[in-house]
Amino acid sequence: MSVVAATRRHESRRARTVTIGLAVALVALFALSLSYGSFQVSLPDVVRSLLGQPTPPQVDYIVQTLRLPRALVGVLAGIAFGLAGAIFQQLLRNPLASPDVIGVTSGATTAAVLSIVVFSTSGPVLSLVALGGALITALLIYLFAWRGGSVGGYRFVLVGIGIGAAMAGLTSFLLTRADVRAAQEALIWLAGSLNGRTWDNVVPLAIASLILVPGAVLLGRPLTGLQLGDDVARGLGLHVERGRLLLLIVGVCLAGTATAAAGPISYIAFMSGPIAARMVGGGRPVLLPAGLVGAVIVLAGDFIGSHLLGPAQFPVGVVTGVIGAPYLLWLLATANRTGRGG
Amino acid sequence: MPAPSTLRAEELSLGYGDRHVVDNLTLEIPAGKVTVIVGPNACGKSTFLRGLARLLPASSGTVLLDGRSIHSTPSKDVALQLGILPQGPIAPDGITVADLVSRGRHPHQGYFRRWTAEDDAAVTAALTATGTLELAARSVDELSGGQRQRVWIAMALAQRTGILLLDEPTTYLDLSHQVEVLDLLTDLNETEGATVVMVLHELNLACRYADHLVVMKDGAIVAAGDPGEVLTEQVVESVFDMRCRVVPDPVSRTPMIVPIGRHRTGGVS
Repeated sequence: MSVVAATRRHESRRARTVTIGLAVALVALFALSLSYGSFQVSLPDVVRSLLGQPTPPQVDYIVQTLRLPRALVGVLAGIAFGLAGAIFQQLLRNPLASPDVIGVTSGATTAAVLSIVVFSTSGPVLSLVALGGALITALLIYLFAWRGGSVGGYRFVLVGIGIGAAMAGLTSFLLTRADVRAAQEALIWLAGSLNGRTWDNVVPLAIASLILVPGAVLLGRPLTGLQLGDDVARGLGLHVERGRLLLLIVGVCLAGTATAAAGPISYIAFMSGPIAARMVGGGRPVLLPAGLVGAVIVLAGDFIGSHLLGPAQFPVGVVTGVIGAPYLLWLLATANRTGRGG
Repeated sequence: MPAPSTLRAEELSLGYGDRHVVDNLTLEIPAGKVTVIVGPNACGKSTFLRGLARLLPASSGTVLLDGRSIHSTPSKDVALQLGILPQGPIAPDGITVADLVSRGRHPHQGYFRRWTAEDDAAVTAALTATGTLELAARSVDELSGGQRQRVWIAMALAQRTGILLLDEPTTYLDLSHQVEVLDLLTDLNETEGATVVMVLHELNLACRYADHLVVMKDGAIVAAGDPGEVLTEQVVESVFDMRCRVVPDPVSRTPMIVPIGRHRTGGVS
């Protein structure tokens, strides 16, 4: 076997091993979150309930109505945030360029809070509104960052952070003007929480994931060219603008629908890609593993927040924020030192 | 490798926004030869090369590849005949040499036609030709500037095109590595009959390695042809705004430019 084939095989094998390992961890966490809680359900009972076989009283209600939607939202939102972050970071070649740092998620949040507070919407309508917010914000960033026919990665990040701050300000303003109860509801959602998720949250997210996740994985092919810079990519026969636009649209839609379903769970998009890239190694675009890392972090964070921090229940976004904020600071410090900030 | 296609710029104008950089330029690239484009900074030589490779849209005029407009030919078909190594390509963090060079196979693949033995052979040949086969499993980040440049050239070679365009392939390299890269490209031209077009800064090396020398100034071609006929003292003086002597290179007998500045001229004036 040639050296080239051997190296390529080694890299593919490592990516496959990591993907399988993450999938196994995810299934284990999923089972744990269905079974563990103030009312313990044994794993065999969980499986029986999922398969529609007879179970002890209350088990069906607890598993299918209370815990399954919550766990599914966690998995799907985690995958969506992880994929969206990895797409943005790898496309713009900047670890800071994830949708939760550059304001795309903030835009979805502002739109969602507006519709919760003013129109008391929920379910599929809320999803669409949040998605619209994400798309409009991304378009704004794109327009402001556009200069002379190209969009530079660093410029995109700076403009995005600015627009994100403006959106956050708008969200705060909406909350101060809102009715207390509506504001309370919006605040819980704002922390990024899986509490009280129902099938109404699962369905739109699942439908979006069915389209967007395979789309993202297919777009991994143009991404391998775009990673090398626009000129090299064009030289290899790629349609640079079309590829970039499609990747950005898929990324924004993933971030928007995930935000609608679970709230802006902090730093999942930001952390998942780099963690997955480190696990997989090499320089290939890391998409599916990033999504799986996102889902694992969300389920683990939700489990920690619900069961391991004493009697009080913390939303998953609080837990992930505690991990993500130091990482952001570390990245800012080291990126400036090595001069790779842009 | 396919027989080299013909490449021709016809009344080509290029620019960025409102700024015109290359104006109404017509040039036939000799097939199966090494063409070197030289000229002072900001004369439009890189822009012209990018235009030839359809990286920049033409503001007027056209580029013909085998008689067909390069802009109306599907980009992927062009990529099977014409490869370009632009200036300052970006290697993703952590990418291995084998992976980077493999990406040169992109136009030969598709969503459903993935990696084949032919791809493998092309990448191995490109690594061997550039002397980087033993680096295959290494990370590009760890390489020296010279090694990295050879790896990028290997990526362009792996594309297996009859025409190869390179924008200053020797920048950032020390003299021995510059000569090494130019020898490598000459090998490619002689053994595979590939058409090579490159922008170079160093006039003496340009004269030595070019079959066909193109001298540009202010977005236009001043002279083109055999280096021995083209590069006279008058041409250098008018294009580079510098007085010089042109003597035969003691090694290759091609023109060698000896600049004359204000100091240390040994009495020549």
